[in-house]
Amino acid sequence: MTSHKRLHLKTYLLILVMIIAGPLGNLMLGKGMKSIGKITTKISSPGELVDVLARILSSGTIWLGIASLLTFFVAYMLVLSWADYSYVQPASAIAYGVVALLATLLLGEAVSPLRWAGIAVICVGVFVVGHTNPRTTENPRSCSKSSSLR
Amino acid sequence: MFEVLFFALIVVAGTAGELCVSRAMKAIGEVHDFRPASLIKVLLRALRIKWMWIGVGLMTIGFFSLLAILSFDNVSFVVPVTALGYVAGALGGRFFLGEQVNWRRWAGILLVCAGVTLVVIGKG
Repeated sequence: MTSHKRLHLKTYLLILVMIIAGPLGNLMLGKGMKSIGKITTKISSPGELVDVLARILSSGTIWLGIASLLTFFVAYMLVLSWADYSYVQPASAIAYGVVALLATLLLGEAVSPLRWAGIAVICVGVFVVGHTNPRTTENPRSCSKSSSLR
Repeated sequence: MFEVLFFALIVVAGTAGELCVSRAMKAIGEVHDFRPASLIKVLLRALRIKWMWIGVGLMTIGFFSLLAILSFDNVSFVVPVTALGYVAGALGGRFFLGEQVNWRRWAGILLVCAGVTLVVIGKG
């Protein structure tokens, strides 16, 4: 019972790490790239491309973002090693809401009501996608039989 | 229209990259031993598989496209639109890997499309 509880706690903790580290990573990438400036107007020759790449790779904010996304990825891989994909993946749908929330709070982005509505619909969509059988390729015939048993 | 091109690269190259990495990892087989030394062995084996390199290359293209688009669009706009990766994943799974996509998953994918449409309309 206690080991069962501990497993639940570990799962929730790692999902929490996922839905914070993932959005935070994207936020930092956004902040870092905004400080570099609109790259499509900056790059018109190979030399400028190298220059912009050097600025991207020397930006501390972008490396923090990459580290944060790696943290998300490791937490995701770890939790998938014992929890079902169809359990973990819907939880990660919340991340789309967290991104928008953190972007308004930390970066001062303006999110229109229509965008909030769209994000909510995406969350529901990702949740529904996640609540399906994660494996369908192995022996499809027996698979369709077993799914009719559910 | 750089925006559309970058979004297409994020969604298509990113998803195709994941499919390639997935194919490479399936070739290695399920990982049971999570000690650092064995994980390094798994990594070295993965690096010898052609699909891993194709996958990592495609995912790199997707990542730099994300950086490019973040240089002029808001995070709260870009990240929701990248949810289209679920659509690409389902279509790729259905038509390239022969996976069965049931009605529930299609319903979820339609919802993702509807949500992305709202986000795009709400941009102005």
